[in-house]
Amino acid sequence: MIRVRDLEKSYGDLAVLRGVDLDVAPGSIVALLGSNGAGKTTLIKILTTLLKADAGTATIGGVDVATQPAQVRESTSLTGQFAAVDESLSGRENLVLIARLRHLKDAGAIADDLLARFQLTDAGGRRVSTYSGGMRRRLDIAMSLIGDPPVIFLDEPTTGLDPQSRQEVWSTVEALAERGTTILLTTQYLDEAERLADRIAILHGGRIIADGTLAELTRLFPPASVEYVEKQPTLEEIFLAIVGEDDAA
Amino acid sequence: MSTHLIADTTVLTGRSVRHITRSLDTIITTAVMPVAIMVLFVYVFGGAIDTGDVSSVSYMLPGILLITIASGVTYTAVRLFTDMQSGIFERFQSMPIARSAALWSHVLTSLFANAVSLVIVVAVALLMGFRSGAGVVAWLAITGLLALFTLGLTWLAVNAGLSAKSVDGASAFAYPLMFLPFVSSAFVPTETMPAPVQAFAEHQPVTPIVNTLRNLFEQQPVGTDGWVALAWCAGILVLAHALAMATYRRRTA
Repeated sequence: MIRVRDLEKSYGDLAVLRGVDLDVAPGSIVALLGSNGAGKTTLIKILTTLLKADAGTATIGGVDVATQPAQVRESTSLTGQFAAVDESLSGRENLVLIARLRHLKDAGAIADDLLARFQLTDAGGRRVSTYSGGMRRRLDIAMSLIGDPPVIFLDEPTTGLDPQSRQEVWSTVEALAERGTTILLTTQYLDEAERLADRIAILHGGRIIADGTLAELTRLFPPASVEYVEKQPTLEEIFLAIVGEDDAA
Repeated sequence: MSTHLIADTTVLTGRSVRHITRSLDTIITTAVMPVAIMVLFVYVFGGAIDTGDVSSVSYMLPGILLITIASGVTYTAVRLFTDMQSGIFERFQSMPIARSAALWSHVLTSLFANAVSLVIVVAVALLMGFRSGAGVVAWLAITGLLALFTLGLTWLAVNAGLSAKSVDGASAFAYPLMFLPFVSSAFVPTETMPAPVQAFAEHQPVTPIVNTLRNLFEQQPVGTDGWVALAWCAGILVLAHALAMATYRRRTA
């Protein structure tokens, strides 16, 4: 679905991408791992036609992002690093806005449907400036789903979210993949990649230095030796147990 | 693609006009500063400035209108900068829309917001005793010239909004513009200024625009000032638009 070959991009003298190769199969979730400044966002911007590559090719569903950007925009959707929502509008108005821009009929019905799907119906009429971080992110992702694009890019979808909101975003991403959406997500959280991704690609030094399933990547390391360790709950597990996951909405 | 331009621009203009109608204070703030300057110049300095047989407020109004526009367009820069900052601009750019709609919507919103502010300022001027016998054609000419001036400054604002690194930076471009009317024929006749200042005042855009507006209000022939004013406005518009488009391309290359 997504095919990237020898992609290069520099900002002035700074070479950010130095020959990136990446494949994402239809209906799969690929996590792009990398530290801050590794070029994850740059790659996403090139794939969503916001930036032009210096060299190399990238196609989405066989369509070249550089030569036919308008067509690529029809089939893709971007959820950027920061929730790109309009603070002065209500949640519902945000959704209607995007539906109108995608030239869809019945924008109102589409908005109501998504509000329900993302447990935002009650907040739908309120201005987004009153929303919590998690609600913003949910609205942001809901806005990306309008028009049912077959390919969705999620750039660090859970950065800055509290544990409950992260869980919500994860369930959303899993539900999307079940519906057959192809997803490329970037993250710096290893547990997020482990939980969500069918394949994991590691971007480092401007190249993809490892690419495979979690099992394949694990095999790159020496066989695990068996040790007996008292299992401590992680702080996240403790936090969620105390706060209770039932009030996730 | 271009078939979507009008539809997309309409949708996005509706969005940013809603930003204004939901925070009316921005329009009022835009009108307050020029009104305050007008009050100051008419009631404090007015007696000391020889405006001939024209009332002070009628003499000052054209310059005040240009100050209103110069301060009004700063909000366009700020709104556009906020869109860039929040990522919603990129969201629009990644969607199958006519891409220039994201800029045009801000330009149209600027025309709308400035029109509202100008109407407020003219209404206050009327309360302060401004009277004009200008006919329909003269008013159309006044509106057209102000719209052209607004359009030119708005594209400067677009350029500022696209290239700014902070909100303050986004609005800083307008300070010199707000200052220009003070060194023009807007408040004192240029003949009273020292020679170098007079030379500057008579060769900057505000003087011919102010003279033209003043003549239109007073039903006097506009003379060559009219053409010079038009040329300045058109020149600013063309240059500012080119500058904004170059910045836009640089930001999305």
